[in-house]
Amino acid sequence: MKWTLVAFTLALAPPGAALAQDTADAIGDADRGAKVFRKCTGCHQVGSDASNRAGPHLNGIFGRRAGSIEGFDYSKAMDRAHDDGMVWDIEHLDAYIENPRALVSGTRMSFRGLKDPQDRHDVLAYLRQFTANPQDIPESAPTAVAREVELPPEILAIVGDAEYGEYLASECLTCHQSDGADAGIPSITRWHPEDFVVAMHAYKRKLRPHPVMQMMAGRLSDEEIAALAAYFENLE
Amino acid sequence: MKFNRRAFIGTAAAAASMVAPMVRAQGKPRVVVIGGGAGGATAARYIAKDSKGEIDVTLIEPTRTYYTCFFSNLYIGGFRDLQSIAHTYATLASEYGINVVHDYATGVDRDAKTVALAGGGRVSYDRLIISPGIDFIDGAVPGWDVSAQDVMPHAYKAGTQTALLKSQIEAMPQGGTYVMVAPPNPYRCPPGPYERISMVAHVLKEKNPTAKIIIADPKAKFSKQALFEEGWQKHYGGMIERIGPDFGGENVSVRPDTMEVDVDGEVIKADVVNVIPAQKAGHICEAASLTEGNWAPVDGHTMQSRLDENIHVLGDATNQGDMPKSGFSANSQAKVAAMAVRGALTGSRVFPAKFSNTCWSLISTDDGIKVGASYAATDEKIAKTDGFISATGEDAALRKATYEESIGWYEGITSDMFG
Repeated sequence: MKWTLVAFTLALAPPGAALAQDTADAIGDADRGAKVFRKCTGCHQVGSDASNRAGPHLNGIFGRRAGSIEGFDYSKAMDRAHDDGMVWDIEHLDAYIENPRALVSGTRMSFRGLKDPQDRHDVLAYLRQFTANPQDIPESAPTAVAREVELPPEILAIVGDAEYGEYLASECLTCHQSDGADAGIPSITRWHPEDFVVAMHAYKRKLRPHPVMQMMAGRLSDEEIAALAAYFENLE
Repeated sequence: MKFNRRAFIGTAAAAASMVAPMVRAQGKPRVVVIGGGAGGATAARYIAKDSKGEIDVTLIEPTRTYYTCFFSNLYIGGFRDLQSIAHTYATLASEYGINVVHDYATGVDRDAKTVALAGGGRVSYDRLIISPGIDFIDGAVPGWDVSAQDVMPHAYKAGTQTALLKSQIEAMPQGGTYVMVAPPNPYRCPPGPYERISMVAHVLKEKNPTAKIIIADPKAKFSKQALFEEGWQKHYGGMIERIGPDFGGENVSVRPDTMEVDVDGEVIKADVVNVIPAQKAGHICEAASLTEGNWAPVDGHTMQSRLDENIHVLGDATNQGDMPKSGFSANSQAKVAAMAVRGALTGSRVFPAKFSNTCWSLISTDDGIKVGASYAATDEKIAKTDGFISATGEDAALRKATYEESIGWYEGITSDMFG
């Protein structure tokens, strides 16, 4: 999929960015996105009077480091994403609103996610209007090419070999504790297998930011990830 | 340190059972593990845990309290106390049924498949796992031998040596000089000497800000060099001087009686001299004729010795290929060996060997860095497949998170070793 931005280059482009029009397409339909955003307004505000509510305000969200609004009480998991250097570029925003817990496992954002890609693109197009500095369109990170965190059903359908998972897990347990303790390093026990599989693929595709996990996940096959999910699901 | 009455009885009973030599459980295959560190303790625990009583496991380790080398620098720097890096074998005995024998293994009869103990008696094995760590090469630093370690400590095996070095550093006169004689490759924990320098500087900056730190180093380059040098400049500007091989850092001798260090003809009068000599496999490898050169060659698929298929060698003592000599590596190798041993003795499933390593280092308060890699076994060696390293110029939040992650890892790996 290609992220594109004609709508903004027309509306917001400063001098010098005009050339981008030729190669850019729209993220989505911002007007339609304004309607989709109503699902979010219970917790999030955006615009000139926006303030933090149950969720942080979304002004300047594009290019903002995750968990970086002063004074907002983020979950431990979002603090960790901040410390790991995660930045809300368009691909991370897309992955997050598709399934918040797949990207940031312990997030307090209790929203089931927008499964329809068009809904996500439209709402992101809407939100993009509230981030300053649009002159970086389309070359910079906020508009980098997206990768889907959505996995093909055949990957999610793999039945994990828990016995193989037990061997593979021994490598995880050098850092992650088998009793679920989570000081400094997150707990990975007793996750729903689908969450586990999606999270590992997000590392494998380098969507999640942590270098150790990107390396560890990077060499695991789809079957091996399923095996680990099957093992950790039932670890007492 | 975990210790309780039930666990204590477990250890005592296990030790008592070893007074009579050649006692063996009828019919059960027997694994003997020499060395209770990151390799040996992990291997013993995984074999006992995963074989669910089908394999009889004996762990031979001289010390009752084990101090981890990893994080011992943080003790020197005042970030941990000594108790926090101390561990016992009580849980391995009581919860996992491992026979923990506190004695020295002095030799291996590879034909009879027995291990001789310093306290007398022999222990027989079907498979032997040796994870003895390192010993120092005699004469590597002229003027120094192990008898000088109470004057010029190495502190490269944790415990009393580490405590001695820490007390020497804290007793330095104002404006005094600390000299480290750094080891040549290969050696245990590649970033270890440089993390130690950081921790010594951290202590001296507080207590003794006019003191000097000198490193005599035979290596042109060292692990995480750009990261350490950036951090030293930032936190300890001007305090640390490194003399590399260009300036005679490989031509060093010491005089423990006068506390002098001769670096390529220039004599430095020092208050603390920390000599980390060149290293070789722990003595038992040589005694069992399992070494070629200074190290024990192994097959990465199973960690079997290339000289005896009934013996697996783990950790620092091995020549295996690309993995650094580290506690993390030994722990990783132990799991491959445990799987291979169970497969050979009980027919359990065997999977392709996977290895990984990460080394965290602390430069100053909340300034943590890391380097790591993944590995796979080939017929020739354990070969690196991927890797990463912290970047220079990272922000404070990421460095703090890296340090906190290292604390989490310490809890993880020590639980993985000792239960």
